[in-house]
Amino acid sequence: MGTVRTTHERASQRARRRATSTGTASLALGPVTDVRLSRINPVAQLIAIAIATLVLLTSLDVVTPAVVVAAELCLLPAAGLTRPGDLLRRTWPVLLGATSVGVVNVLLSDEAGVLTGLGLALRVIGLALPGVLLVASTDPVRLADALTIHWRVSTRLAYGALAALRLAPLLVAEFEAARLARRTRGVEAGRNPVARARLLAGVGFTLLVGAVRRGSRLATAMDARGFDSGIPRTNARGSTLHPRDTWFVAATTAVCIVAVTLSVLTGSWDPVFVG
Amino acid sequence: MTTPREASPRATAAAGPARLVARGLGVRHASRRAWALTDVDLVVEPGERVLVTGASGAGKSTLLAAVAGILEAEGTEVVGELTVDGADPRAARGRLGMLAQDPDSQLVMTRAGDDVAFGLENAGLPPEVIWPRVDESLAAVGFPYGRDHPTQALSGGEKQRLVLSGALARRPGLLLLDEPTAQLDGAGAALVRGAVERATADRRTTVLVVDHDAEPWLPLVDRVVEVTPGGLTEHGPGWHPVARTTGLLLPPAPDGPVLLTAEAAGFTYRGTTTPALPPVDAVVRGGRALAVTGSNGTGKSTLALLLAGLRAPTTGRVTAAAELAAGVRKGRDEPHRWAARDLVSRIGTVFQHPEQQFLTGRLRDELALGPLRSGEHADAARATAEELLERLGLSAFAEANPFTLSGGQQRRLSVATALATSPRVLVLDEPTFGQDAATWRELVTLLAEQRARGCAVVAVTHDRDVVEVLADDRLSLSERRTSEERNERGVEPWAR
Repeated sequence: MGTVRTTHERASQRARRRATSTGTASLALGPVTDVRLSRINPVAQLIAIAIATLVLLTSLDVVTPAVVVAAELCLLPAAGLTRPGDLLRRTWPVLLGATSVGVVNVLLSDEAGVLTGLGLALRVIGLALPGVLLVASTDPVRLADALTIHWRVSTRLAYGALAALRLAPLLVAEFEAARLARRTRGVEAGRNPVARARLLAGVGFTLLVGAVRRGSRLATAMDARGFDSGIPRTNARGSTLHPRDTWFVAATTAVCIVAVTLSVLTGSWDPVFVG
Repeated sequence: MTTPREASPRATAAAGPARLVARGLGVRHASRRAWALTDVDLVVEPGERVLVTGASGAGKSTLLAAVAGILEAEGTEVVGELTVDGADPRAARGRLGMLAQDPDSQLVMTRAGDDVAFGLENAGLPPEVIWPRVDESLAAVGFPYGRDHPTQALSGGEKQRLVLSGALARRPGLLLLDEPTAQLDGAGAALVRGAVERATADRRTTVLVVDHDAEPWLPLVDRVVEVTPGGLTEHGPGWHPVARTTGLLLPPAPDGPVLLTAEAAGFTYRGTTTPALPPVDAVVRGGRALAVTGSNGTGKSTLALLLAGLRAPTTGRVTAAAELAAGVRKGRDEPHRWAARDLVSRIGTVFQHPEQQFLTGRLRDELALGPLRSGEHADAARATAEELLERLGLSAFAEANPFTLSGGQQRRLSVATALATSPRVLVLDEPTFGQDAATWRELVTLLAEQRARGCAVVAVTHDRDVVEVLADDRLSLSERRTSEERNERGVEPWAR
């Protein structure tokens, strides 16, 4: 719950900074500044992510994830993630998760050695980094465009989710307001953990009520502009697949093949299904 | 009513302003005994601009929902006739454009141009038609930025202009404006009205404005009708609403002691460099009302949070006088360190949006909550609640859920919850925000009564009339931000 204490002031200031500076946000709520990786169509990125995910999930050794993570790290500059500060801000939960997965496995398992722990930690990083890359390089609107055009995802779902995403920073502000509102009414938890939990539940309920109300207002507004009215929707921006998108997927596949081959050659290959 | 028909695929392409006809229209909401609207007769000719005004609760919103074709389908009883260009409003929805109150829940896309294009994509128009129309309608409302401007960086007034642009791009036959300036400050409201005037000057669309605050719209509209319990009243040319300050007699108040002092108190949010509130001095005295004014983004609401003991100043100090701080269990003279149960009986705070502060499911419990929390006996707390219900004319709703009250009633209730613990200091953020004339007068009188009994009143407000009739002291915070950074109602966390 550490991040929810952020107030709307900060959220909106960050939003403004994000909007003006070279955009790097932890949440994709605003337009994303174009970086080199943005030129790869979001659906191509999603396919690449699926391939890497499949390979990582089926291999338990250390070599495979090491190669995949190395390739992913090479893509960071293309996603505009060059400053260590930015990178850390976006990836700290991943790093934390990976470290704990590694440490816990080494400490608690009889068989797992340091190498296995390292492999598992790398696997977590390898699985999460593509998401970080996608968020950093892909404008949510372009993603919705690509999904509806190429994969026929329902426009109702894609643009509905997009609109809902916009309301997320407001939720952060509402949380703060609800907490202050309780103090004005003499309701405070102090140090008692039970009271804290109850207070949090109350605040959560207030937020839910507010979110539902705002959501229905948004739905009415979208309705008033003819959203989901039965007319086939056009797309003003379009979404084109280029040869480079095919190359991107091919390169991802190649990296995965190299990773697995290296793993087999070094004798560390340890697929999940073969036991 | 006629049966709804399917909207035609080219609904938005149908040219020309729409004609609206209501005859003997009545609406009763599901599970309500009373009719929300009765005997409404109204004809709006194509291209006309008509203002629908009336007190809150008179049925303006219901009329608007009926015209927009968004009345709750289940259980709502509708009598009489209502047509847009001869068709049921639900069938004519493609001919409709709408601008509602809340700037934050009407935008879909992340960039301004994409948002205007959204409605055109929904209409199935090809891209080569869409973009020229986007540019045209952005220009029509005087939108100052390009297509790629991020929507989240806009101020409230700018967002409303963008929503208007998105509605007009669809070339609606009928444009519905539902109190579109209620959540904006004076400058933002003027911008939006200017945009409406400019964008509908060609009379290609019929305009229906619904607003309880009639005066600012008068130069812009052709006719004014007022929703009254018996139907509609048409006002002739030259009509002006009675000024809400007319004949208002407020009780005088003797000057009291200093209760709170802010010395170079400022606030900067963690992780930011620009202060939300640059250091400011303020003195809050019993028996006096302090009005804090200034444009959006100057830190008014932040100052209120500091004075209310809800936030600690990051620079300077806010101190309570010994008289106010007497008996607190911890934190001595610094209100933000006080326990909530000590705070609630000393400084009462009323947020801009009443529903944010409601914590129980019944009015009676809501009013008793503060007294109970400050340590009063259950009987005494109940007695206080009953007395306040009586005084505010809310006794009939004692068992009702606070969330089901009308906007004006909610506002009165939120002030009453703050009064229930008889605090010596009352801090209010935009107390008159969105209130009709009757509620406005009640609120101002209520605050003046508190002042007369020695209370200090601090009101953060855009409302010039409040400053005029109530303020003994004024504190004007000055503008420090560029127009792009200004965020009309986004800056203060509780101002929503």
